This record gives sequence, C-alpha cells and structure tokens, in this order.
Amino acid sequence: MNVLRILSIYLIGLVFGIGIVISGMANPAKVLNFFDFFGIWDPSLIFVMGGAVTVAFVGYRLVLPRPRPLFEGRFQLPTATRLDAKLIGGSAVFGIGWGIAGFCPGGALPALGTGRVEVILFTAALLAGIFAAKGIQAWLRTRTTPTATSGA
Amino acid sequence: MIETAFTPFQSLAGGVLIGLAATLLMWTLGRVMGATGILAGLLAPASLYDFGWRAALLAGMATGPIAYFAVMGEMPPIEVPISTPMLLIGGFIVGVGVTFGSGCTSGHGVCGMARLSKRSIVATLSFMVTTAATVYVVRHVFGG
Repeated sequence: MNVLRILSIYLIGLVFGIGIVISGMANPAKVLNFFDFFGIWDPSLIFVMGGAVTVAFVGYRLVLPRPRPLFEGRFQLPTATRLDAKLIGGSAVFGIGWGIAGFCPGGALPALGTGRVEVILFTAALLAGIFAAKGIQAWLRTRTTPTATSGA
Repeated sequence: MIETAFTPFQSLAGGVLIGLAATLLMWTLGRVMGATGILAGLLAPASLYDFGWRAALLAGMATGPIAYFAVMGEMPPIEVPISTPMLLIGGFIVGVGVTFGSGCTSGHGVCGMARLSKRSIVATLSFMVTTAATVYVVRHVFGG
C-alpha cells in the first residue's frame, strides 16, 4: 500500500473524527441527554443520525454501482441476512452499556485524540469486553462444532 | 447530570461529515465504516496491509479533536456525568454487545441504515430502545 493511499485513508479518518467531535457524539453528557426524554432532553443527535444516514445513503448509491472500489478488487459488504438472537441480543446489550457510559466505539475512538483519561479508560474497558466476547464465541464454537459435524 | 445546549446545526454538520467519510471509505476501500469492525480488525489484522489501513484510519479519527483545537482554540467538550467504575462497566458491556451484535452506532446505525440492511435496522432499533431504557433506569429509578 503506497503512501498516497495510506494518506487518503488517514484523511477519511480525519473527516470522520472531525464529524464526530463537531456532532457531539464524543461527548457522553450530550449522548445521554439525547436519551433522557423524561429529564433534560437534548434532541441534537437526531440531526447527527439524520445527516449521516442521508449523506451515506446518497453516497453509497453513487459509489456502489461502480465496478470496484479505487484501491481494492471488490466491495466487501456484510453478507449476513439472518435476524438472529445474537444480533438482537448483542445490540440490546450494547445499548445497556452505551446508556451507562455515554460513549460508543465510534464516539470514543476520535475522542482518544483529546488524551482525556476518561476516554482511555473507556477504550481499555471496551477492548476488554471485545476480548471477553471473542473468547466466549471461540469457546461456544469448540462446544458446538463436534455436535454440528457428528452427523456428517 | 450535566445540561447540554441544543446544537442542531453543529450536529447536522457533524453528521454530514460522518456520512461523507463513510461514502469515501466505500469509494476507496469498498468497506463499511464501522468503528467496532475497524477496531476489532486492528487487534487481529489479516495482513500487514490490513493493519496499515486500519491504523491510518484510526490515526485520522484521533486527529479530529486536534483539528478542532486548531480552529476553535480549545478541545471539544467531553463531559462525563458518571463515576469511573460505571464508565468501566459501561465500556466492558459495550465491548461484549458490539462483538455479539456485529456492530455499533457507526456500523449499523449509519452505514447499515444507509444500505437499508434489515439486520442493521433491527440492530439499531434494539440498541436505541435499551439505551433509552438504561438512561431512564439510571437517572429516574436509581438516580431519583
């Protein structure tokens, strides 16, 4: 991967990071107040999601009909379609954590640039959670694989 | 609790930049911009190339507050209205949830919704409901 491509990806990250900090998504107080409908409600985050989804919706429709992305051989879109318990339950669990901490991964990663200790602590706990869940997933696979293949 | 000002224009501008970045990443790398996937992949990269673009993207993200500082003369506000133990517990739960749920606000809530992915729409509804319920319980049941 040449320097120009690395620089392009860096700049895309920068656009995302500036967007996150301007929007308020990196500020737990603002995120939590958005969900506090019966308290000090701050509806700002509707505009974040509205703006982001609208632009990405239009942008994807311009980009995805192209034969391939600029730097890669093909588009790598998520292929899963099942609405399973893992998706719904995992997302529900994520919401509980987000409602407690006020940071989501997309808000915290740009916020690391502030050097604030709270962001570093949250990110460390986030990584611990990711590792724990990956460990559980690997353990579940070793438990279910023999039964899944025994009939074959 | 910390009150925050209603900032529709800033939040919309920020949202537009987030959507623009998602579009640019699809245009260049052909991938969705999900913070969870980018971070998880960085910890277990498939190749040096894979590590390279993820690290570059993350470095760019973390430069966001510095660019903000350069223009505004101050770091963006980060107000944490909860205790450190709660922050750590919340962070751990987020990590478990996004791994099992295959995504978070950026991956499902923005990129997946923009692709009209049924999975992402269901995931987004799921976490929006539990986030609101958690905030309600923390602030109005236990918080009193």
